[in-house]
Amino acid sequence: MDMALPIVNATTAALARVSAAFNAPLARAVVFGVHIDGHLVVEGLLIAVIVFQLSRKSYKPPKKPLSEKEVDELCDEWEPEPLCPPVKERSHIDPAILESAAGPHTTIEGKEVVNFASANYLGLIGNEKLIDSCVGSLEKYGVGSCGPRGFYGTIDVHLDCEAKIANFLGTPDSILYSYGISTIFSVIPAFCKKGDIIVADEGVHWAVQNGLYLSRSTVVYFKHNDMASLASTLEKLTRGNKRTEKIRRYIVVESIYQNSGQIAPLDEIVKLKEKYLFRVILEESHSFGVLGKSGRGLAEHYGVPIDKIDIITAGMGNALATDGGFCTGSARVVDHQRLSSAGYVFSASLPPYLASAAVSAVNYLEENPSVLANLRSNVALLHTG
Amino acid sequence: QDCFGRPIASAPDAWFDVVERHSNDGNKTLQRTTKTSKCLNLGSYNYLGFAAADEYCTPRVIESLKKYSASTCSARVDGGNTKLHTELEELVARFVGKPAAILFGMGYVTNSAIIPILIGKGGLIVSDSLNHISIVNGARGSGATVRVFQHNNPAHLEDVLREQIAGGQPRTHRPWKKIIVIVEGIYSMEGELCNLPEIMAVCKKYKAYTYLDEAHSIGAVGKTGRGVCELLGVDPADVDIMMGTFTKSFGSCGGYIAASKEIIHHLKHACPAHIYATSMSPPAVQQVISAIKVVLGEDGSNRGAKKLAQIRENSNFFRSELQKMGFEVLGDNDSPVMPIMLYNPAKIPAFSRECLRQNVAVVTVAFPATPLLLARARICISASQSREDLIKGLEVISKVGDLIGIKYFPVEQEKVASVDKLKKLE
Repeated sequence: MDMALPIVNATTAALARVSAAFNAPLARAVVFGVHIDGHLVVEGLLIAVIVFQLSRKSYKPPKKPLSEKEVDELCDEWEPEPLCPPVKERSHIDPAILESAAGPHTTIEGKEVVNFASANYLGLIGNEKLIDSCVGSLEKYGVGSCGPRGFYGTIDVHLDCEAKIANFLGTPDSILYSYGISTIFSVIPAFCKKGDIIVADEGVHWAVQNGLYLSRSTVVYFKHNDMASLASTLEKLTRGNKRTEKIRRYIVVESIYQNSGQIAPLDEIVKLKEKYLFRVILEESHSFGVLGKSGRGLAEHYGVPIDKIDIITAGMGNALATDGGFCTGSARVVDHQRLSSAGYVFSASLPPYLASAAVSAVNYLEENPSVLANLRSNVALLHTG
Repeated sequence: QDCFGRPIASAPDAWFDVVERHSNDGNKTLQRTTKTSKCLNLGSYNYLGFAAADEYCTPRVIESLKKYSASTCSARVDGGNTKLHTELEELVARFVGKPAAILFGMGYVTNSAIIPILIGKGGLIVSDSLNHISIVNGARGSGATVRVFQHNNPAHLEDVLREQIAGGQPRTHRPWKKIIVIVEGIYSMEGELCNLPEIMAVCKKYKAYTYLDEAHSIGAVGKTGRGVCELLGVDPADVDIMMGTFTKSFGSCGGYIAASKEIIHHLKHACPAHIYATSMSPPAVQQVISAIKVVLGEDGSNRGAKKLAQIRENSNFFRSELQKMGFEVLGDNDSPVMPIMLYNPAKIPAFSRECLRQNVAVVTVAFPATPLLLARARICISASQSREDLIKGLEVISKVGDLIGIKYFPVEQEKVASVDKLKKLE
């Protein structure tokens, strides 16, 4: 008690002095007509200290860029891998060298063999009319077309060929590409951009996979040729997902799969597409000229009207015995590609003799639909035998 | 709209027939008419004049067509490989100066499919800023990191390489697996030659591999037509991979890659474009074989040497005359591609239509192939154009240039002198 009292007295006296100091009107501190009271000075000091601390940079260890000598040393030490892996003895394949046309019978190293390796479905290799039209084109136009489509590479045979194919299939228009596989991997990136959804079959071949990769969209695969899997994938993607209603959605399938030979059930795909509102891109390289009563492809085979399929692409290197590819669809689909498809705009056009070969091939198919019956009986023979 | 995609009705030779089109709805759609007009061709890639029917090549092509038919309908590996293909591969390898070569059916596919095979994730691609889109696509498709160096600037290339080797892969800083530097021989939109000797020196110093795309320069430059390496004195054995197309100088279609035997062997087994795609069409192969034989002089005449001399003379003459007239022309000497700068996008259709009206066909290039305000008209010289053709072309371009006002470097007295000289030549 005795010690506490003087301490209390001292504290009270100190407090009284401090409060007197704070409350003392600083008569001389009138700035711009505003009285500055004592507590404002303390608050001002505190704010100044806070601002000062915030404005100081946080402590970072100093960055020392590499000196020239160090960069030189690193460059000298760095050893690149060889450009290609060393040759393994076992992997040496020598493909057979043909000495005559790749028709049903061909000559290899002097021996005549039966050719089961070429995709010459309609037997048009060596067809007289085809060769005559090619010769005519060669004499008139030379071999190459020497320019992309936009810069004088469009020859009238190209336009004729496009019109012919569109006519044959029953679509408004079509567009020609100069190489079979470049068709599909230019079409897919022209329509599918980053952020779109593509549902594709697992077993699509390399060119389609490349196109899917180049398009940078989200790709979801479903089990090969399994409609139940496709339905469940579509269901999963669209159910309750508001975002999918606003972005573009595509299904990519092949009509006859190059890697497995199965035919895609187009009628079920179209039903699913209409139910879930997707667009279909159909790759018909192996079925154009083969399936259907008159060779018009998968749509005719299943009796589906052709305008239900949004985009059809095909390479002409199989049934039509020429090279190159085409894409058909509605007029807007085709027009869009003329400006934004990489393989069309930046690359030389199809050599004119191949385009005229395509025209004669389609003519031949229209005039002789019995070829298809032959083809089908041969296929049946091979299957059963 | 009517300046692009003009259809033609004959071979893209020195003079060709351009089909006239008319439109009922303000150029939204264009219908063909049956009328054609003969125009001087200053637009097609016909450097050595092989585009039309040629006396040596065409009979052989027709023969091969009858023997092998128009297409092989199968991939190289499955039965599309004919004797012609192997012959052409050896011939190309010999022509370019490398041990081996491999063929593809299309130039664009060659680049897009080869680059992913050679380099993958963990590698670095350093490419010129003005490279063609097929190279850009191939580089993107490969999964490697891509860095760009300023166009034709070896000093900047060296900076980029040093920075990248010292820094390593982007986030892990592990050393790069390999580095490939991609350049082109002649850049198609600028007409410039690549600064090859210095770039090669830089790459050798930093142990980077080089990939040279000679799409426009093979067959068109160099004393015997062997391309940029011959012109600039670079040994082909130094460049690791040389790529080229047959569309431009040889009048055919397709592309090739020439490199050492191990690389070609690896490519033959690993490249999907070789294994899955239809092989090159046999008549096209025969055309290239005959064209190369003509250029090398192996057909028994000196037409090849004449063609090469003609194209060099033509390009130098044309370029110097254009410059004297006061146009702004890009590109180096000896390069058969010359862009005339138009700058203003509104002048593009004016230039193109006026020239067509006076029977000269030119190519005008705008966005997106060039930056928006750097539009140009690109002239491609051919060995099949004679001196009179060139003079006519020069007159027309001069008149049109006056009308439109694209002579950005007017030189008054010399213009008068050159007009007099032209009159004298006529």
